[in-house]
This record gives sequence, structure tokens and C-alpha cells, in this order.
Amino acid sequence: MAPLVGEVAEAENEVVPSFSTGSSKRRRRVRWWRGVVLVLAGAFFLIPVYAGVKFSLQNNEHHFSFQAYESLASAPGFTAALTLSLKIALVTMVVSTLLMVPTAIYVHVRLPRLRRLLDVVTVLPIVIPPIVLIVGVLGVYPLWAKSSPYLLSFMYVILAMPFVYRSLDAGIGAIDLKTLTEASRSLGGSWSKTMWRVILPNIRPALLSATVLTLALVFGEFTMAQLDIWQTIPVWIAQFSVSSDGPIQVAASMIGLLGTWVLLLLVVSIDRSESRRNRKKLRSS
Amino acid sequence: MKETTMSSLLPKASPSAGAAVSLENLVRTFGSVRALDGFSLKIEPGEFMALLGPSGCGKTTALRVLAGFEILDSGRVVVDGIDLSNVNARKRDMGMVFQSYSLFPNMNALNNVAFGLRMRKQSRSVRQKKASELLEMVGLADQAVKYPHQMSGGQQQRVALARALAIEPRVLLLDEPLSALDAMVRAELRDQIRQLQQRLAITTVFVTHDQEEVLSMADRVCVMSRGHIEQVATPAEIYARPSTAFVAQFVGISSRVPVKLSGQEVVIFDQRCPVRSGESSSVTGAADALLRPEDIAIEVSADGTGFVTRKSFLGAMTRLVVQVGDLSVRVDVRSDVGSDIELGTRVQPRIVARDVLVAPRKEVAILDVDAPYRPPQTAD
Repeated sequence: MAPLVGEVAEAENEVVPSFSTGSSKRRRRVRWWRGVVLVLAGAFFLIPVYAGVKFSLQNNEHHFSFQAYESLASAPGFTAALTLSLKIALVTMVVSTLLMVPTAIYVHVRLPRLRRLLDVVTVLPIVIPPIVLIVGVLGVYPLWAKSSPYLLSFMYVILAMPFVYRSLDAGIGAIDLKTLTEASRSLGGSWSKTMWRVILPNIRPALLSATVLTLALVFGEFTMAQLDIWQTIPVWIAQFSVSSDGPIQVAASMIGLLGTWVLLLLVVSIDRSESRRNRKKLRSS
Repeated sequence: MKETTMSSLLPKASPSAGAAVSLENLVRTFGSVRALDGFSLKIEPGEFMALLGPSGCGKTTALRVLAGFEILDSGRVVVDGIDLSNVNARKRDMGMVFQSYSLFPNMNALNNVAFGLRMRKQSRSVRQKKASELLEMVGLADQAVKYPHQMSGGQQQRVALARALAIEPRVLLLDEPLSALDAMVRAELRDQIRQLQQRLAITTVFVTHDQEEVLSMADRVCVMSRGHIEQVATPAEIYARPSTAFVAQFVGISSRVPVKLSGQEVVIFDQRCPVRSGESSSVTGAADALLRPEDIAIEVSADGTGFVTRKSFLGAMTRLVVQVGDLSVRVDVRSDVGSDIELGTRVQPRIVARDVLVAPRKEVAILDVDAPYRPPQTAD
């Protein structure tokens, strides 16, 4: 059997150097492709934003100007549309949180077998077109409900469900929720105190992400608001563009976009500042 | 200056310490599996009771039933004469240390320990004072402001222990708290837990599958299998006098040797040995004797009926595998004796135990020492 050992050793001697060379080549190739993908994705997202910002920063003579942003506040219907969108967003966020947080927690703690089912159910709003939902709701709901803009909030809760549930699911999955809950209970914590003092602080990033995504959705949703005849920001932008010049409409879109980004940055910075505070406390101890 | 000692830091045993626990005919099923099948156990006040058994034997279920995290199909959980079967987990006053690190990630060590006191509406100053004392007690006073992710596994479990003790629990429940720790930390924490338990005289239920932990820590051990109790006894008795074949095989090491029953005696290595009373005495027909390594002694002899086939150095002792005919048995000898014994040495085994445990014959050999060994052939 000695020759076999020799053969293996020989084979290894031959293979190892060529393998390591090939591997480093592959790594270089991978890095190169990563760069290309990053540039292409960046261009895909940033070029329209750049075009929008550029367009909104010019006057009728195509010169650089803040005129669109300055006249935005005084544009007819803008403030009302913004206020309405904010109100609807607030109600949506509250209802969505109150509905989805306990549901996600309960499913994780008590009914883990239902997680797969819930995964499927929460995707349905993406599969079903919003127009189908709103037409169905408008056909069924009583007049008093249809006459309230907050009907839209409840529709948006459904639309936001995939994003909210997935954010929460990921956040809850990152902690050992069952053990933490049981630890709290064994120490005398009621469900409400366990939720408030143990669970919510530990899923806060997920909760903030869910909230920001809901806000972004409300500020971008057009179909339902249009059919329900409520002038939210997207509806206002669409209607205003018909009767007025483009830069103001684009300026409103850019503000909405930047607002969402700022909120997302806030979510990240809250987490970072907390980590910094912890490190500072540790150093001072 | 007054010297600070551990005993001076320990809280006085509260009036509630040392509760008597009685688990009565517990039944808990999961689908078709009976995790607890008429499980009954009495635990004395201040006793350290270990539940030992293989995975799926129901030991963790029993602990969770006691904690109030599992709903019983039938049976009663009685603590100090009060039926807690329908009492919510948060009202049972039972401190629990979990297997996985269960500290609240959003709180530092001090606030983790103080959590139970906060739930009991203790004032801030009382909470801080008591939590600091408990952290000092477990040797982590300097880690009070650290968050769980900034502490090692051993430190986290110490904080978890302090947190469980902070509420002065009626019963302390330990669900394999050492299993995720490395050997050195585990041994250290094991001693610390035992010392605290004895000092505070808290009735403690400890779940584990680690025999070493059980034998070194518990006052009594409850060996479980398939949802019921196999034996409840002191660690020494469990080891030396296992009452069932399951206990003999699960706790410690046993060699299984086929024997012929002759009344209340068996013949092993041409030696008559009395059968142990209890389950053994009711065995009829084909049977096996279960022999601990220390139940057998060997003598080096050129005329010996066995020869050494394997040798493992265990520190103070050396474990030998001796083959006698088609049988293989394990024998422990002092290492200074064992070092002189070479593989293939002829030896004469004899039984030194006063009686032997006998179980119905098992067809499948449980030991890995059964491969026939052939001594080295000498050239003619």
C-alpha cells in the first residue's frame, strides 16, 4: 500500500499550488464583479434621483434655482395633502404596530408552527393588486366608513403587512424570545411588563424599520388614495403636474424621498448611539 | 478593617427558603409522546435534587411543569402544602437559570439582577443595594455595568444565578445551566452553585444529563427514563447500588456479562455471587450481570483465564479491558499498577462486589469492547 500513499502525496503536491493560484484568481474575479454590480446598482438608483434633483433645481429658463422648493409650501393644496398623508401615516403606523407586534410575538412564543402559514399570508398583499383591494372595500364598506380618510389607513395596514411582519419576524428571530419571556415571567413579570421592558427594547431596531417602511409606503401609495378620492401627497403630485409646471411636482417627490432616507438614517443612528453609550459606560466603569 | 467574606455577603436565608416540593402523578403529553407518565417525586426542604436522564426522558418537562411553563394533563404540583398546579408562572416565586444565556440583552448586569425586585415593586435604592450584593456574592461586582454581550458565558450564568436568587425564591430551578460552558468554568461554577445552595438552604431542582455534575452536587438524584422514575437515591447509592439495569448502564460504566441464574446466585468467572435484592431478584431465565469496573479485581497470572486487550490512562486510575473467553469486561486498577501491565498480559479476574445486579439478557451488546481480541502470535 506504500505506493498509494506516495501517489496521494504526489498528487497533493501537484494540486495544492495550482489550486491556491486558481482560488486567488477566482477571488480577484469575484471582487471585480462585485465592483461592477455595485456601480450598476448605484447608477440604477441614483441617476433618476440625480435627474429629479437637477430638474427640481432649475427655473423656467433652465437656470439653477430653489424656486420650486420655495414655492412648494404655498402651492395650492400641498399643505393639506401633506397633513392628510401624515395623519394617515400616523394612524397606519399605530394600527400596524398594535396589530402586528403582538401577533408576531405570540406566533413566535406560542404557535411557532404557524410561522410558515403567516409567512405566506403576509405576502398576499404583494400578490393581490391594490386596485382589487380598494375596489372590493369600496363596494362593501358603508358610506360613513368610506367618507373617512382613515379607511385608507386600514388598507395601508394590509399593504404594509409584508414589510412590517418580515421586519418584526427578523428582529424577533434574532433574540431568544421564548427564554427571555420565560425568564421574565419566572421573575414575576406580567405579560405587559415583559412586553414593555424586555421584548420591545430588544426588537426596537426591527420596530423602527417596520415603522419607517410603513411611512414610506403611505407616502408613495397612489392607486388606493386616488380611487378613494383623497388627496394625499402622491395624488396631489399627480394632479398638480397636470395643472402646473414640473419642477414643483418633482421637488415634492424629492422631499418625500429625502424624508424617508433621513428617517432610515435616524433608525441606524439611534442604534449606533446606543452602542456608543454602552461603550462609554463601560469605559467609565 | 472588617474583612469581607463570602458568607458575610450572602443574604440570610429567608423564611420562604427551603420549601417542600411534591410532584404528584404528573402526566404531560406532546401529541402521542408521554413526556411525563405518572411522574411522582417528593423533594425535602432545602434539598438539592438532580433530575438525570437521557434526552427525551422528561426531565426538562418536569422542571418546566414545576416552573409553571407547561400545563399539566393531570397531576398536582404542591409546594409547602399549597397546590400550585393552576398558579401562573409569575406568581410561583421560583427562580430559574436557563441553559441558554437568558439575560435581558437591553439591561446591564445590575439591572438584570434587579429585574425581579422591580417586578415586586421594590424601591430603587433597595433594588440597587440588593443587586449589588448579589453580584458581589457571585464575584461579579466589577461587572455591574456590563451588558450581556460584553460578558463571557460563565459570567452571564453567574449573573443569571444572582438574578434568580434576588427574588429569594421558594425553589431554585436550574435547567442545565452549565452545559454551554467550558470544562474549567463549569467546574468552578458547579462548586459555587453548590456552596450557595447549601448556604441559603434553598430547595433546588437541577436538570442535567451530565453524571459528573449530578454525582458531585446533588443531595439526591432522580434518574428518569421515558417519563417515569427509575430510581431516586443519593449519588453514592445510585452509583454503587443501581436498582435497575437502566440506571446501572446510564450512570457510570458497566460491563454486561451473560450469566446463569441459580436461585439467588449467579456464577461469574467460576465464582458464585449473590444476586442483589430488588429488581434483580425477580429476574428469571436468561440474564446478564452488570458489573462496574471496580466490582472486578485482577491478578497477573500466567495461568489466568483472561488477557488484557485495551488500556486507558485516566489519571489516578487506569482502565483495562480484559477478555475472558468471548466476554470483555472493564476493570479499573490504580495507575501505578496499571503501568506495569502490558497488552496481552494474562490475568485472572475475580468479583469483589458483595452482590451483583442482574438484568434480563440483552441481545445486542451495549459495550464497544466486544470485538474478539487475538493475542500476538509468537513465531514457532
